[in-house]
Amino acid sequence: MTNSEATTVQDERGFWKDTGKTGITSWIFSTDHKRIGFLYFYTVFSFFLVAVILGILMRIELMAPGRTIMGPQTYNALFTVHGVIMIFLFILPGFQGVFGNLLMPIQIGARDVAFPRLNLLSWWIYITGAATIITSLFTGSGPPDTGWTFYVPFSARTGTNVTLAVFGVFLIGMSAILTGLNFVTTIHRLRAEGMTWGRIPLFVWSVYATAWVQVLATPILGITLLLIIAERVLGAGLFDPGRGGDPLMYQHLFWIYSHPAVYIMILPAMGVISEIIPVFSRKPIFGYGMIAMSSLAIAAAGSLVWGHHMFTSGMSDLAVLVFSFLTFVVAIPSAIKVFNWVSTLYKGSISLEAPMLFALGFILLFSIGGLTGLILGSAATDIHVHDTQFVVGHFHYVIFGGSGFAFFGAMHYWFPKFFGRRYREKLALAAWILLFIGFNVMYFSMMVLGVEGMPRRYYDYLPEFHALNLTSTFGSWILFAGMVIMLVNLFHGLLRGEPVERNPWGGATLEWSIPTPPPTDNFVEEPVVTHGPYDFKGSGIP
Amino acid sequence: MRKAQHKDDAAAKLGMWLFLFTEMLLFGGLFLLYGVYLARYPQEFATAGHEMHRWFGAINTIILISSSLLAAMSVTAIRRNDSKTAVLLLVGTVACAAVFLMNKYLEWSAEISRGLYPGSPLLAQAPHGEPLFFSLYYLTVGLHGLHVLIGGSVLSVMAWRIRHGVITAGNCIWLENSTLFWHLVDLIWIFIFPLYYLVL
Ligand code: HEM
Ligand SMILES: [Cu+2]
Repeated sequence: MTNSEATTVQDERGFWKDTGKTGITSWIFSTDHKRIGFLYFYTVFSFFLVAVILGILMRIELMAPGRTIMGPQTYNALFTVHGVIMIFLFILPGFQGVFGNLLMPIQIGARDVAFPRLNLLSWWIYITGAATIITSLFTGSGPPDTGWTFYVPFSARTGTNVTLAVFGVFLIGMSAILTGLNFVTTIHRLRAEGMTWGRIPLFVWSVYATAWVQVLATPILGITLLLIIAERVLGAGLFDPGRGGDPLMYQHLFWIYSHPAVYIMILPAMGVISEIIPVFSRKPIFGYGMIAMSSLAIAAAGSLVWGHHMFTSGMSDLAVLVFSFLTFVVAIPSAIKVFNWVSTLYKGSISLEAPMLFALGFILLFSIGGLTGLILGSAATDIHVHDTQFVVGHFHYVIFGGSGFAFFGAMHYWFPKFFGRRYREKLALAAWILLFIGFNVMYFSMMVLGVEGMPRRYYDYLPEFHALNLTSTFGSWILFAGMVIMLVNLFHGLLRGEPVERNPWGGATLEWSIPTPPPTDNFVEEPVVTHGPYDFKGSGIP
Repeated sequence: MRKAQHKDDAAAKLGMWLFLFTEMLLFGGLFLLYGVYLARYPQEFATAGHEMHRWFGAINTIILISSSLLAAMSVTAIRRNDSKTAVLLLVGTVACAAVFLMNKYLEWSAEISRGLYPGSPLLAQAPHGEPLFFSLYYLTVGLHGLHVLIGGSVLSVMAWRIRHGVITAGNCIWLENSTLFWHLVDLIWIFIFPLYYLVL
């Protein structure tokens, strides 16, 4: 190979190679949004896999009544650590950190985010927080056993290592705030010429709405967590009923953050779906404005409904009514999105490739999750199913069937762009089928169990729940098999996959107009935008 | 190599304002608890509030407001290219911060020596609202004090950077943002002072 050939090959490898730096420090100290996106991806996804294993272990414990492979204290620690990792280390930082970073700047035609160094700092704070949480599992007197919600008074009294874990989560929150303000600023200031608010892709709209939620909600989590530490270390007594404090105030503060936080998990997922559906239906999106505005509406209205987690807590009846009503109100913008996606599909020429399968899976599973959410949102029915396996089934439908499937869909959709190679379509289909079947078998059984009265967070149950629990555990194995196939397929594609050109799917957003993989500077020359993100004709795509 | 981003002061300002919002919300949680517990224990809050040293609070308020003025003047000075005055004014600001913290230390020592701190035997016998008042007081003022410390350190770094010509009339966004932060610290105190020292 001659020298000049070698350089062209290097150039073709885009940001992976074109700075000439590939050592570990060129990654962990890089301010390039794409490298930071991948830093997030590898860390976030590793934590996800760990927490999946913990979930599988819990399902094995629940295979049969009584003790199967672990005792009660271990089970308590497992669901706590599973929940904390999935929520705070995977899905909350995941979408913004990975796909927000990788794509948002490119999609608005920018070279990078507004504050690249702050972006790197966010990742470092995230890693520090994660390390703190991991440390809390192996030091002190045992891993936390409070559940991911850290409810007082238990969290103030338990002897396990809650203080350190809570401080780790506090750091994760700081990282989220910095990412949020960085992204809001980026979208306001760095849009390319011609990239008007009416032309930014819907994924960017959802990243924008999410970034606002991160900025406005996370500080409340911060202070709430600091107060738990104050309870434990200083004995502040603010939530201790024995000393005049009110544990309900903790629940209010916690959910003032944590309900909006579910939108940090789901909004970017909805953005991904809004990208995939039009591309694979070969039709402009139906109701661009409605989808964009409903993101903002969800972000705004979603900050007023936290009380629906507290219907059985002894809050006043009036508060229960108001929160219940508001919860129904938030369902409207979510439904608007679903209807718009379905209308986009209508009479489109649909191609069922992997990203589209995940998008369709999302719509179905998210709808089930959303509708069961209304059962929990209306106070009368919630009293019956509160704190049962029904709740566990419901939120897995939303965060796993919804956000998780969208995350997988995004991985398949943008994989060729960033690696310049393809995975095998047949294997992707097989993986998707297993994931979809396993998912429903596992979590639908759990919802039925909940309606029948099996509570959540118990390692044991009455014999009459055996059959469905066993079914659910089988489902978890099918799901797991699907996940293994998916990962093997992607990994194989990354090494051996067939090379692709710029625009394998025929998308009209900006990332498809630049070389594959994207060069470090993203755009060879400053882009000038002349058409909308789903105007396939306008951008010259047949 | 990546080309340097073009300088965008408006973006830096916007980012800073967003950050200040998050700071307000952080303290907002504590003020919320104050409101709820005040409504629940008005009598006890009043008794506890009378234990506070108004003079310490008042003097510290004057000190912080003056320090904010000095910080703002130093921005004006740097815009007029007068870095000497700017440094002097910042040194004045940081000195105010130090005096503020010194006062806090004296005030807390006095209170603690009288047995007014979370978990003290004295408060354990008092009716419920009183220890709540003092827990909130120590947490809010402590968190604020931490901000004074951080703000003071940041402003010291800024003074150092002005002296070394890093911050100049054409390149003073760091100074502007740091003083914005300082004004926020001031602003939060302006809420703390009446709520804990005056209204009860
Ligand atoms: C193969 C994948 C998964 C399996 C097998 C699994 C299984 C489980 C099980 C058995 C429980 C405990 C039920 C109980 O006794 O209360 C649980 C709880 C939970 N899971 Fe998963 N899960 C999986 C994926 C996920 C994902 C992707 C997320 C979020 C992104 C998630 C978030 C949670 C949360 C927040 C809890 C509640 C923890 C608590 O009660 O504090 N899980 N999961
Ligand atoms: Cu909620």
